[in-house]
Formats: sequence, structure tokens, C-alpha cells
Amino acid sequence: MSRELRIFIDSFFPILITGLKVTIPLTLIVFILGTLLAVIVAIIRIRKIKVLSQISWFYVWIIRGTPLIVQLFIVFFGLPKMGIIIPAIPAAIITFTLSVGAYSSEIVRSAILAVPTGQWEAAEALGFSYIQMMIKVILPQATKIAVPPLFNSFISLVKDTSLASTITVTEMFLATQRITARTYEPFILYIEVGLIYLIFCSVLTWLQSKVEDKLSFNKGKSIKKKEKSYVEVN
Amino acid sequence: MLKLINITKSFGDNIVLKDLSLEIESDKTTVIIGSSGSGKSTLLRCINMLSEPDAGIFSYKDMTLNFSDKLDRRLEYKFKKLTGMVFQGFNLFPHKTVIENIVLAPITVNSIDKKIAYEEAEILLKQVGLFEKKDQYPHELSGGQQQRIAIARALAMKPDIMLFDEPTSALDPEIELEILKLISKVTKGNFTNIIVTHNMNFAKEISDKVIFLEKGQVLAEGTYEQLNTSDNVRIKQFLNTIG
Ligand SMILES: Nc1ncnc2c1ncn2[C@@H]1O[C@H](COP(=O)(O)OP(=O)(O)OP(=O)(O)O)[C@@H](O)[C@H]1O
Ligand SMILES: [Mg+2]
Repeated sequence: MSRELRIFIDSFFPILITGLKVTIPLTLIVFILGTLLAVIVAIIRIRKIKVLSQISWFYVWIIRGTPLIVQLFIVFFGLPKMGIIIPAIPAAIITFTLSVGAYSSEIVRSAILAVPTGQWEAAEALGFSYIQMMIKVILPQATKIAVPPLFNSFISLVKDTSLASTITVTEMFLATQRITARTYEPFILYIEVGLIYLIFCSVLTWLQSKVEDKLSFNKGKSIKKKEKSYVEVN
Repeated sequence: MLKLINITKSFGDNIVLKDLSLEIESDKTTVIIGSSGSGKSTLLRCINMLSEPDAGIFSYKDMTLNFSDKLDRRLEYKFKKLTGMVFQGFNLFPHKTVIENIVLAPITVNSIDKKIAYEEAEILLKQVGLFEKKDQYPHELSGGQQQRIAIARALAMKPDIMLFDEPTSALDPEIELEILKLISKVTKGNFTNIIVTHNMNFAKEISDKVIFLEKGQVLAEGTYEQLNTSDNVRIKQFLNTIG
């Protein structure tokens, strides 16, 4: 067996395990927190809540207008100068969450606004409070609209977490760099880590189609349900 | 009796309801007619609190809402809940099955016990003749069927006043009659109906009283026969144009 192939095989599991232990959890936590933040920011901006709405606008403006890596450096290397010391992983979580929150807030906002007026009015006419209407009527429909673009940011996020390597988070990319420094096989190892990112993203793409299927309430969902109960009866 | 007194509503410079006063008798069916843009939908939306009048008074039973004063939100909400609305475009919730559409508001808004809400919904579904569709989704139903469900959904909240804004305008003429009969069947005598329609047959069949709205004001009111035989030029003209 060639040396390259052996290094490839030997490093596959260490890199993959780092991915499963750091990259994936980091991505999931950030995606969940970021999406929650996005929903809150979107609703604040739709309702034009005083002050909060201005703050939200400012926040989205700053985050979208500056490079993610600069934000990471400010939080991890800059804030300690102000006496605020945040360890690498929390710093990465905070920065990525703010980033996802800002970008996704625009996705969520447009998805909410894309729910037809008639739906808002029907819910309002039935006496739903704003929160009840959001949770029971608007957000479920907005989710369906937002899933494809949200998965887009989800998939970007998997890859963007590699930037956390610059603030000493040992995620998949930094783990690969370390093996490279030891073995001097950059070509084979960076291809390898690229492949593992590709696998992760492919799983997400598959997941997206599953989620879209599940949400497609106007494409014969009840027909499927009926078929199932038919099978169960027999 | 629902009394609307000197109701005014404008959108910017456009005064849509002008000092409009009306009396709607309880447990009767009032049909509102009038040309496009005369303010019919706006009037219903005000009664349902989807829009708030700029000025005027609603009085119903022991409740008085004065829109010229600062409104008591709780009283406003209490009044709103006495009304149910059926829209021209049905507006069923597409992500919910037929029966879920009906139970959603009773469970969420009125905190009715789930089991009871479902039982009541099944009774309503039988009344509107669509019990066998209870687990289907709205898009699997025809327009007429969707409107039946929308009627059941509004009735499930047990309102006093049912508001219908052109409930059959999006439907085929033959289905119009069907919906009309259904409305009579499920509401007659037990609900105060206010129905906006362009269909004069509708008014003839179902109304106890007809109100003719013109430029945000009541131009005439009376029974269908009274309006139909009126000498008023404007009313004659209107009735001729809509046939
Ligand atoms: N939300 C709104 N914003 C601004 N103008 C409005 C709004 N709703 C209604 N209007 C205006 O109010 C006027 C009356 O509208 P309304 O919908 O009440 O008429 P209508 O009698 O129901 O007409 P149609 O028979 O066509 O349904 C119209 O000039 C319309 O442009
Ligand atoms: Mg109208």
C-alpha cells in the first residue's frame, strides 16, 4: 500500500470523528439558535416594534456588512482587551449564531410575509391572539416556504464552521491541518476533508428533501395517510 | 339588536363609510347590496374588528363600543368574539385537515377540551354534509366544499352574528344555490346573519331585510319586495345592472 493511501485511510476516522464531535454539534447548535433568533428578529421587524425594530435593523446591517472572520476575531481576540474573555467554542457559537440570525431573519421575514393575507384575516376573525396566530397558522405555512433557503444556509454553515479553526477551535479543518503538519501530505488530506464535508452536506441535502416531503401538505399527504391506514386495517 | 351609530371609516383621504347608521335585528338575515367600492366589505370588516372604525358607536346587548373614545380592548375582543366571518376566498388553513380547521380555534382560543371540540366539529361536519371528508386537506376539496367547511369553522366558535362577504362569488352559479340553502339551513333563526352579495336571487330567497349601500351610506333599506319595487332611480338602475 502506498504511503499516501495509508495516511488517507489512517486519518479518515480521526477527521471524521472530529467532524462528528465538533463540526456537526457546532453546526446544529448554531443552526437552531440562529433560526430562533431569526424568527424573533423577523417578527420584531414585521410588527415594527419601536426601538427593538431599529436595533434589529442595525444588527442585521452590521452582521451582513462585515466579514464573518472579522467578527470571529473581534469576539475571540478583541473582546479580551475589553476585559471580556470568551473561550473559543462559545465565541464561535455566539458569532455564528449572530451571523445565521441576521441572514436567516430576511429569509424568515419574507416567508412570513408570503403567507396570504387571507390566512392572517381568517385567524384574526376567529379570535386568535397574535402569538396564537403565529404559532398555529402563520409559522407552519411560512416554514414550508422557508425550508429551501434555510437549508441553503444550513449547508453553508457546515462549511463556514471551518472558519472556527482560526480562533483555535479544533474542528474538522484544524484537525486536518494538524495531521498535514505531521505528515506533509496536504494534497491527499485536504481532498479527504473536502470529501467528508461533501458527505455531511449530502446528508443535509437528503434531509431537506425528506423535510420538504413531510411539509408538502398540498401534495397528496392525506392520500398517503389513507393508504397507510388501509394497509393497517388489512 | 346590533346598532351601528354614525360609523366613519376612511383610508387616507378616501372616506369609505360616512356617518353610517344601521340597525341589525337579532336572529334575522340582513343582506347588504351595493355597487363595487360602496364599502360593503369594509362594513363587515369593521363589525368583525378586522378594521377599526375611526368614529362611531356599536351597541349590542349590554355592550357599547365607542370608537371616538379610547377603546377598552377587552370589551372590543369580547365583541369580536360574538362575530364569525365567512370570506369570499374561503381562507381555510391549508396545513390542517378539514376537521383540524374546525377545531383549531375552539381549542386554541376558547381552550375547549379536545375531545368535546372534535365531537362538536363532527356534528357540524354532518350538518354541512361533509363528514366523510373530515381527514382530507382543503386542497382536495372543491370550492363549494371548502366554503361549507369555512362556514362550519366559523360556526364552531358559536358566534351570535355571522358575517358573510360574498360567500358564493368565487363559485359556479349552480353551487351558489347549494351554499345559499346551506346557510339558511344551518343559521336560520339561531344566528344574526349579515350577508354581502351581488346575487339578487340570494337576497330574495334568504333576506329578512335588504340594505342598499352607496358611497359608504345607507341609501335604502327594507324588505326585498320593497326595494325591488322602489321608485328610487339609483336603486332601479342598480337592480337592472346586476339583473
Ligand atoms: N385596506 C384598505 N386600504 C385602503 N383602501 C381600502 C382598504 N380596504 C378598502 N379600501 C377602499 O375602500 C373602498 C371600499 O372598499 P370595499 O372593499 O369595502 O368595497 P365593496 O363594497 O366591498 O366592493 P366590492 O363589491 O368590489 O367587494 C374602496 O375604494 C377601496 O379601495
Ligand atoms: Mg367587497
